[in-house]
Amino acid sequence: MLRDASIPTGLGAFLMSGRTVVMDAADVHRALVRIAHEVVERNKGTDGLVVVGIHTRGVPLAGRLAAKLTEIEGRPVPAGAVDVAMYRDDIGMRPPHATHDTHLPFDLAGTVVVLVDDVLYTGRTVRAALDALTDFGRPRAIQLAVLVDRGHRELPLRADYVGKNLPTAADQAVRVQLQETDGSDGVVIESAPRKAVAS
Amino acid sequence: MINTKHLLSAADLTAGEITRVLDTAAHLAKVTDRAIKKVPTLRGRTVCNLFFEDSTRTRISFELAAKRLSADVINFSAKGSSVSKGESLKDTAITLEAMGVDAIVIRHGASGAPWRLAEWVQAVVVNAGDGTHEHPTQALLDLYTMRQRFPSFEGLRVAIVGDVLHSRVARSNVLALTTMGAEVTLVAPPTLLPARVDAWAVAVSYDLDAVLPKQDVVMMLRVQLERQRAGFFPSMREYARLYGLDARRLDAMADHAIVMHPGPMNRGVEIAADVADSLERSVIADQVANGISVRMALLYLLLGGPPEGFGEPRRGAPMGRPEGFGEPRGGAPMGRPEGFGEPRGGAPMGREVTA
Amino acid sequence: MSQRTLLRGGRLVDPASGHDGVADVLLDGAVVAEVGPGLEAAGAKQVDCGGLVVCPGFVDLHVHLREPGREDAETIETGSRAAALGGYTAVCPMPNTDPVADNAGVVEMVAARGRQVGLVDVFPVGAVTLGQRGVELAELGAMARSAAAVDCFSDDGHPIREARLLRLALEYARAFDAVVADHAEDASLTDGAQMHEGEVSATLGLAGWPAAAEEMVVARDLLLAELTGGRLHLCHVSTGGAVELVRAAKARGVRVTAEAAPQHFTLTDDTVRSYDPVFKVNPPLREKADVEAVRQGLADGTLDAIATDHAPHAREDKEVEWSAAPPGMLGLETALGLAVAELVGPGYLELPAAIERLTAGPARCRRLPGHGGPVTPGAPANLTVLDPAARWTVDRARLASRARNTPFHGRELTGRVVHTLLRGAFTVRDGKAQR
Repeated sequence: MLRDASIPTGLGAFLMSGRTVVMDAADVHRALVRIAHEVVERNKGTDGLVVVGIHTRGVPLAGRLAAKLTEIEGRPVPAGAVDVAMYRDDIGMRPPHATHDTHLPFDLAGTVVVLVDDVLYTGRTVRAALDALTDFGRPRAIQLAVLVDRGHRELPLRADYVGKNLPTAADQAVRVQLQETDGSDGVVIESAPRKAVAS
Repeated sequence: MINTKHLLSAADLTAGEITRVLDTAAHLAKVTDRAIKKVPTLRGRTVCNLFFEDSTRTRISFELAAKRLSADVINFSAKGSSVSKGESLKDTAITLEAMGVDAIVIRHGASGAPWRLAEWVQAVVVNAGDGTHEHPTQALLDLYTMRQRFPSFEGLRVAIVGDVLHSRVARSNVLALTTMGAEVTLVAPPTLLPARVDAWAVAVSYDLDAVLPKQDVVMMLRVQLERQRAGFFPSMREYARLYGLDARRLDAMADHAIVMHPGPMNRGVEIAADVADSLERSVIADQVANGISVRMALLYLLLGGPPEGFGEPRRGAPMGRPEGFGEPRGGAPMGRPEGFGEPRGGAPMGREVTA
Repeated sequence: MSQRTLLRGGRLVDPASGHDGVADVLLDGAVVAEVGPGLEAAGAKQVDCGGLVVCPGFVDLHVHLREPGREDAETIETGSRAAALGGYTAVCPMPNTDPVADNAGVVEMVAARGRQVGLVDVFPVGAVTLGQRGVELAELGAMARSAAAVDCFSDDGHPIREARLLRLALEYARAFDAVVADHAEDASLTDGAQMHEGEVSATLGLAGWPAAAEEMVVARDLLLAELTGGRLHLCHVSTGGAVELVRAAKARGVRVTAEAAPQHFTLTDDTVRSYDPVFKVNPPLREKADVEAVRQGLADGTLDAIATDHAPHAREDKEVEWSAAPPGMLGLETALGLAVAELVGPGYLELPAAIERLTAGPARCRRLPGHGGPVTPGAPANLTVLDPAARWTVDRARLASRARNTPFHGRELTGRVVHTLLRGAFTVRDGKAQR
């Protein structure tokens, strides 16, 4: 059951229930293209730039971003992947996360890393990714690109590049779908079942 | 997700869980290749190596695995210590419990000792070899080694050759391999097979030459001198002739087949000296590297979860939420990660720095 | 003027006389005065036994009281108390004490201490060989003629390895009309063994004790009994093959009696998977088929007696890894409950037959004057009153034994002792020991 994605989510969160598509495949594509151009602009090109995706959905996004950057500047921008399972700050509080490969086929020293993730939420995953990267080497700079920033930061982190700002309620879930992992592109908000809430 | 608090027997893990361990080990193997051979995962946890039998190799493997996960390690070598006279396993357990260790890796000469230990401590217990019963981490690392060369365990033909009766490596491997769907054949003189081995899901043969050509993996077990003294077979010479791996038998094996040995090798007995020379390096190299990765994976999967054990209701995301679905929530993080909030000498987060 | 006690309205089950029906039992001092329905007994202390069973006090042919030598595990006093609470009025402690009961001095000491404690009659078993070393015969005559009047000899705990020696013992014991009770085990086959040899031992990596190791020696012993005309008793029969051998020998007329312990008609080697040494015992817990055969053996009388082989061990001795633990289980306080739950309940024996295996059966195996029935006027009043339907759960913390090594902790049993009387005096009253 789809609703008009233009309903403001702040107030709309109260009114919404079920599933709402907030970005469709075209929106996702446009966001990535815009981010790619912002990256190029800010870094004055792609010299010394690498793109690293955070598992899981950050990885295909990083791949796409790197491909777009390569296309824009006409020179290859490498992509890598970092797994943060070993660096999480909730080890021992929940069942162990599945692990994935960390693949960084370049020397990090002196590079500018554009770290990519699908959703920026509390900031803890990014914090873990920063720690993981730092164990591999010392980049000149790390910048953060996310498809969706849903607010509710618990750490003093912000993204340098945002596909879409999406203020959400804590009991809502933001689901990013990507062609590579889910068969199609899109961003969806799911609300928890309503409970009576005292004002 | 593995659903057992301890790792006492290879039978504690389902096929899915074994796969999870091996997958995780493959990822963690990369830690050894980095400049910083460490991840902060088990920071603040303490792992105790409680070894009642000598085993430098296994103990160091566990020690490195724990340290690479940033856990603290204490080594308790009980051989010849107060334990041999007076202080019992139970007393030792109570002491360790009072010290607040998170995991105890135990190697003991008595079958079943890890089970007793698990009754007396809150810590996670990992069996590093109990008597002639089991050695589950060895089996897992053996499976890992096999998986590096063969795509699937289903139908994989594995022969285990030698003193099965007294071998904890054999028992654990039989359990793990049959769980994964492999076809296991035990080859030994009848006196070195357990009395009711017919109840196991394995084939049995007394004829090594008949079995060898069809195998994908040939695992040679150590044969100890005291077995000959106890009369299980008439002489080492006869044993080597009938059940030893020599150059001729190596040739008779399929081209793709591999030889494995839990180590250390008895040259001239289960393995001819010349074969041992050529095999030893590669087999041992696999053992060492894979042992650390597999043990890292196990420590992570056993200790990386909430202390009360699995199956309890958890706050925040339910198990198995796909990555990217929001970020981990919950209470205060376990200590502040290093460098958080302090300049790491690099760019403070969120701001550009010019070098 | 002696105290008269009337046990009123109980079902008197007396296998020795064949009595099974409601009857009053009037006691006068230490003896039974009268038995019959609706007895008049002015001035007698009335004990209402309605709904309960009255029977002879139980006899345990095979216990270990650990005194002298291991009083940390059990003493004659604590063991006697446990026995009385289990419904026993007579127990036969084995000689593997420290010092070994291989001479008149030790057996007299044990018997005397039992009398002093006064909760059960203690009939010591003397060792067959000096120190139970299996080399030289002990002074069987001295022990037989001592105040302890020993008429049963055993090297229990150790097999008598040499056939020659067992032959000599069986022959020599004839002079005193004594029984030689053998622990049947071929030591060369059981060297280093930790449990029964079977599927479970193969999986658990524990060296196994094959059934054949017991059966070989049972066969040998039966042949020697036949050869010598001596009196043979077989301790703790545990395998189907052994039961078969005894059955066939009895059919041939061999003078043999045999006992089985409750653990061998209740538990199997599956329990060993826990590696808890509370399940470690010698002979070991066997397979289901063996348990079934022991039950059948008790049912058809091939096995004459239930004997607990009560073997207390200090707590720290059993709280170790399996291979380091000594074998042995408690039995005195759970024997009745197991006999009813595991034999009577499922229909292997009727209650009177089960009681026979606890009373008249054992009394046939050696001389135990005044025990095992019959409950007739003039007989010593050694009696047990029990509730055959009472269900209760074993709690090892509440056993009277000093030790705690019962494998039945947490198990629900049927049948509970209400009163035990030794020569007319209550040793247990309403389930509580009187001393």
